[in-house]
Amino acid sequence: MVDLTRIYDVLVVGGGNAALCAAISARQAGASVLVLEHAPKPMRGGNSRHTRNLRALHPAPTDVQVESYLEEEYWDDLLRVTGGRTDERLARMTIRASQHAPGFLRDCGVVFQPSLSGTLSLSRTNAFFLGGGKALLNALYRTAERIGVDVAYNTEVQHIEMVDGHATEAIISYRGFPDRVRFKAVVVACGGFQANRNWLREYWGDAADNFQIRGTTYAQGTILKDLLAQGVQQVGDPTQFHAVANDARAPMEDGGLAMRLDCVPYAIVVNRNVERFYDEGEDVWPKRYAIWGRLIAQQPGQVAFAVTDSQAELDYLPSVFPPYKANSIAELAAMAGLDAGKLERVVAEYNAAVRPGTFQGGRLDDCRTEGLAIDKTHWARRIEKPPFICHPLRVGITFTFLAVKVNEHARVIMADGKPSSNLFASGEIMSGNILGQGYLAGFGMTLGTVFGRIAGKEAARHARN
Amino acid sequence: MPATEMPVALEKSEAIAEARRQMEVCNACRYCESYCAVFPAMTMRRAFSAADLTHLANLCHNCKGCYHACQYAPPHAFGINIPATFATIRQESYAAFAWPAGMGRVFERNGTLVSLLAAFCATLAMVLSAAIQDPAVLWGAHAGPGAFYRVIPWWLMTLLAALCFGFALIALTVGGIRYWRGTGRSGLGAVAPAPAADAAVDVLTLRNLGGGGHGCNDFDDRFAMTRRWLHHAVFYGFLLCFAATSVATFYDHVMGHPAPYPFWSLPVQLGTWGGLLLCIGTAGLVWVKVVTDPGPVAPKLLGGEYAMLALLFLVSATGLLLLAVRHTGAMGILLAFHLGLVLAFFVALPYSKMVHGVYRSLALLRNAAERRASVAHTAT
Repeated sequence: MVDLTRIYDVLVVGGGNAALCAAISARQAGASVLVLEHAPKPMRGGNSRHTRNLRALHPAPTDVQVESYLEEEYWDDLLRVTGGRTDERLARMTIRASQHAPGFLRDCGVVFQPSLSGTLSLSRTNAFFLGGGKALLNALYRTAERIGVDVAYNTEVQHIEMVDGHATEAIISYRGFPDRVRFKAVVVACGGFQANRNWLREYWGDAADNFQIRGTTYAQGTILKDLLAQGVQQVGDPTQFHAVANDARAPMEDGGLAMRLDCVPYAIVVNRNVERFYDEGEDVWPKRYAIWGRLIAQQPGQVAFAVTDSQAELDYLPSVFPPYKANSIAELAAMAGLDAGKLERVVAEYNAAVRPGTFQGGRLDDCRTEGLAIDKTHWARRIEKPPFICHPLRVGITFTFLAVKVNEHARVIMADGKPSSNLFASGEIMSGNILGQGYLAGFGMTLGTVFGRIAGKEAARHARN
Repeated sequence: MPATEMPVALEKSEAIAEARRQMEVCNACRYCESYCAVFPAMTMRRAFSAADLTHLANLCHNCKGCYHACQYAPPHAFGINIPATFATIRQESYAAFAWPAGMGRVFERNGTLVSLLAAFCATLAMVLSAAIQDPAVLWGAHAGPGAFYRVIPWWLMTLLAALCFGFALIALTVGGIRYWRGTGRSGLGAVAPAPAADAAVDVLTLRNLGGGGHGCNDFDDRFAMTRRWLHHAVFYGFLLCFAATSVATFYDHVMGHPAPYPFWSLPVQLGTWGGLLLCIGTAGLVWVKVVTDPGPVAPKLLGGEYAMLALLFLVSATGLLLLAVRHTGAMGILLAFHLGLVLAFFVALPYSKMVHGVYRSLALLRNAAERRASVAHTAT
């Protein structure tokens, strides 16, 4: 039973994977724990509800991951996507700890499965949750409640009072009523600020109005802003986020995973002015899907169009919204609202530049163009077999990287460089410590699980002393 | 590609249109692919005809794993609810493929109709035995070989049983053939032994109610094997009772040894254990339906399901009771009541929830054939 008059050992702000891992770990360490989740129960779990897997180191094949994935390769992957904008000590610690993340989750009732169909072939590097993130959350909440964690839904934490690096109380809205919670330690695991369009506008201007928020609408960054305003050290670039190419017709909020489009490597992508702007075939899609959101965000109108033909249609997962289809490029351009003459020219130039090769979807093949200003380096086939196909694309933001700085104990660092005495963080709200830019599939859940466990344990230890 | 023989009612069904919308989301998401046979079967398709959706709906075992795991389940705007939508399509397909054609309407208000039928048949049995024999047989004590026939004459029992069971078999077969032709293009003769064996294993083990080993969401978001075990109890209990009747028929008509039989005889043993399993299974399934999370349930269909479970429970409970009191004065009236309910069961059989056995088995057969064809295709 939630009792707001008592002093909890550990307050956990948020209700996703990072929060629940912290809550369960703190409770297992003997602390009394209260979880405050802003969302109502059916929508609980933040962005974890939309996730599917986590990236885990493993020295030998496991029942759900094939071959092996060792520290150096993991680190190398992370280094490459972040372009070096990371913290090696924290990153390596996370990578090493990721080995034990699937086991911890399994002990909490989460069921894993071998990865099956779909075009993201991640069966080596990532462990997949059976049924996806919502099933994972169901198991975590059930475990948390079974071991005695108190959970309140529809409860927003609006302010955490910080006095000399010490969190003293939380001001909350408990099912619409103002209240406060006292605690010995607090873990903030309440996400980035990606659903706060006004905040995004500070960096992106009007373009922010065209961003689709893929996940939870509750990620308003209220506590992130609150803490940064009270002398907590900031880390990460506020313009950096995880963003993918979404269907332009997806809902502006909470459209989830199924709105993303995997057609890019098998198409050419033009902007509103019918200009190609990036090598669509640079690398396999699992290594490139997360850069395309940002690429589209930088185009006029924050919109783009993937153009391909009937021979590519079965090479990528079907889209929820049907693509435009026409028997000529000119008709296709009209449907998409593009300049027909220009699109015909771009396709013709591209077709003329395609070199002969053997097409192999999913692996780096030798189908490439030569002589274009921006060459397509793999999977380049002539677009010539009607019906021609066009998927309109927009930016789908998953989460922002602006973060509170933490140390390896998940303890939040104050602006003067001293660690807070009782404030800890896990998940998206501290992602910028490791993700300066770019993204590795499944890394968000790894971060949440690893730092959630550490934050929970450390918070419980603090409460005990 | 020749068109399937799909009934117009299904082509125009709102549930079919809704299922198509939902499947298009599911096919882009695919998080549920390890729950049951439906989702791998979905991934083999890019477009969903009414025939495809009817097949997928009948392949669905209503385990609800996909609902509780769904990021798009209500109250999300997409409102994905595959178990409830597919249950509605299943019901519509039972009606659309029913034979003779007009009888499909019986699936509307099925609970009321099955209940009325049961009441009518039980009354009829008592009235008939009183009218044909003598009212006194209903409360007299009868014993010895042929005691049952003194309550309800042999010719009447045999005639009604043969007529009802024979008609039910014909109606179920014709319905099954219409379903097979409606939901696909291949003839039944094209099915090889291997997929038939796969389907038989699926039917006999209810593999799709295993959720891949940890069970299904029988009650809420936790996993359980309850429905699987209860359904096994009903299914195998029913088979034992059917075996009991068959052995008794053989004893009576071939060996000239009419019922009642002693407690330790084969027919009574088969019937007793079968009846117990049926009682436990049907009562348990009713309990699961009452306490389960109503989110993924299609409430319109519950009436017919409760009525059929209740009828099966009553048939087996009165059978067991009859065994207990067959040497007393209660035997006559209980026998008439029991046989009246059995009659109602066989009359209702082709127009009740029971038809799911036929359509589900055929869907599993089609799925097994598709799966093997797909594996063979990938291998080459």
